[in-house]
Amino acid sequence: MATDSSNYQEEVLGQADVMLGPGQTFESIDRDITDIVLTNKPPKAWWIGLGIAGALMGVLMLSVVMLLFFGVGIWGINSPVGWGIAIVNMVWWIGIGHAGTLISAILFLFRQDWRTSINRFAEAMTLFAVSAAGLFPVLHLGRPWMVYWFFPYPNTLGMYPQFRSPLMWDVFAISAYATISALFWYIGMVPDLATMRDRAKLKIQKIIYGIFAVGWRGSATHWHRYEVAYLLFAGLATPLVVSVHSIVALDFAASVIPGWHTTIFPPYFVAGAVFSGFAMVLTLTIPLRKIYHLEHFITLRHIDNMSKIMLANGLIVFYGYLNEVFFGWYSAHEFEMYMIWNRMTGPYAWSFWALIFCNGVVPQLLWMRRIRRNTIAIFCIAIVINIGMWLERFVIVVTSLHRDFLPSSWGMYTPTGWDWALYAGSAGFFFFAMFLFLRWVPMISIFEVKEVVHKMEHKH
Amino acid sequence: MSDASTQSGIYGIAAEYADDASLLEAARQARAEGYTAMEAYSPIPVHGLYEVMGGKRTILPLITLTGGILGLLAGYWLQIWVSAIEYPINVGGRPYITWGAFFPIGFACTILGAGVSTFVAMFAMNNFPEPYHPIFNTPNFEEATKDRYFLCIEATDPKFDRNAVREFLSGTQAAAVSEVDL
Repeated sequence: MATDSSNYQEEVLGQADVMLGPGQTFESIDRDITDIVLTNKPPKAWWIGLGIAGALMGVLMLSVVMLLFFGVGIWGINSPVGWGIAIVNMVWWIGIGHAGTLISAILFLFRQDWRTSINRFAEAMTLFAVSAAGLFPVLHLGRPWMVYWFFPYPNTLGMYPQFRSPLMWDVFAISAYATISALFWYIGMVPDLATMRDRAKLKIQKIIYGIFAVGWRGSATHWHRYEVAYLLFAGLATPLVVSVHSIVALDFAASVIPGWHTTIFPPYFVAGAVFSGFAMVLTLTIPLRKIYHLEHFITLRHIDNMSKIMLANGLIVFYGYLNEVFFGWYSAHEFEMYMIWNRMTGPYAWSFWALIFCNGVVPQLLWMRRIRRNTIAIFCIAIVINIGMWLERFVIVVTSLHRDFLPSSWGMYTPTGWDWALYAGSAGFFFFAMFLFLRWVPMISIFEVKEVVHKMEHKH
Repeated sequence: MSDASTQSGIYGIAAEYADDASLLEAARQARAEGYTAMEAYSPIPVHGLYEVMGGKRTILPLITLTGGILGLLAGYWLQIWVSAIEYPINVGGRPYITWGAFFPIGFACTILGAGVSTFVAMFAMNNFPEPYHPIFNTPNFEEATKDRYFLCIEATDPKFDRNAVREFLSGTQAAAVSEVDL
């Protein structure tokens, strides 16, 4: 399929608004998706990517060991900036995760058939991003080996956690989110694992996929229960994903720090999460479809649709920035006004203006259809947005903390090498897991694509 | 296995179809003939098939609801017990039971209870994991996850008679009819 992919794209896929390339049968879908895992040798790019990600995993190990040995003093955090880029990274990763749930659950409830080509790996992205996010608050504890103190279990200290703290809400929300995402991902994959079991050529593959397919036979009863369960999961995941990032926002909003103490945070964090998540999905999708020749499954229409969602969320986020500035002024509150002024002209002004450029200016290019259909342009824009969303959290965390009420306690924060090493390491973990996922699991939902093909055939 | 199937020595008789319309039609006819113990297999969900075969709506949503309610109660109970009974902290005389501040964790527990119970219930109802099943003995059955559709009339059916069933299935648009070993 698609030997000369660039021509194929222009001639066949670029013209009509197709959701899938033409001429696909159930058999060709099976072959194209399962062969990547079962028979094909991984492409060279996979090995290179795995190598780089693996090396970064080493960096992760090293920076965690250093942290455990020497303590959080190896980071740049100090009074008054106690939450450095560890928390920036945590919020950034969680936000990235949210696009996966949006694609798999919310677009499913809205009956957006085009989601079928991208939901499987977007959900995988969610799982790995949430795992990467989970590293940071734990490592930031100072004594990470005491992390189990978060959990309310009867203990000899006779102490219990404070359930009125948003940080405790986070513990529950994020663990519930990770659990539900994993179950949702797995339940949606069972029919495809059965397909893998039946397509497998080697005995070992048959056994392993057979175990994970748990005996799926595709009977009408199975399908009936499966569809009900999947719909229920979509309905459960949708409010959950909104609540998770709202609670992350409340970690900030429930405090009294100017720049944090604002009611706009929960909705604006959720929009920002979807914004950055779609940027990450696009960052992954565009090279992926090229390397694995999946242009007939992930067409320009997918890229176009995702860009539109990104644009819409970008506008909401930008509206949030304008609101923050407006209310900073409108509050007539000395500290609030100074906070905004400090963001725009203070020592970290570069980060604020870079943020406005990345998240406010650059996404406006997405209004143009020509840009939305140019994969290279979209890839670059997605990278810029990823950076912009990281900067947003940097602005919120660092510039709010470094100058609050008392000028005598103002200070500066500079991330150290170990701060950056842990960040790079978390990216290594994320990509390492993604590469293994691509190697072992069908990255596109096979039976859902078949359903779309079936539906298209019966329309004509 | 029940008496009927041990007597006949087979699991049932399966017919293979090339598309969902033929399968749906065959299931409808089998139902009209009075067969009750049957199951259809397909690579994609075929809408209406389950209902045609006389399947009852699953109680899964009820289990989800129950799981959700139990999760909510457990989440609130945990917080109330800890904050008001086991480890009360008096903060300027503020109330111990603050249902509003307990909501986020209560909500997370609701979703967790509902999701986990849905997952467990679906697996339990389908009898997963069940790596072996006689239907896998059907010739060509591995195509059921690719692009072939199967209908199997099982030997447990009170009306089951080898020859009659074989004849009936051959009369549908079946591409092949075969006996399924136990």
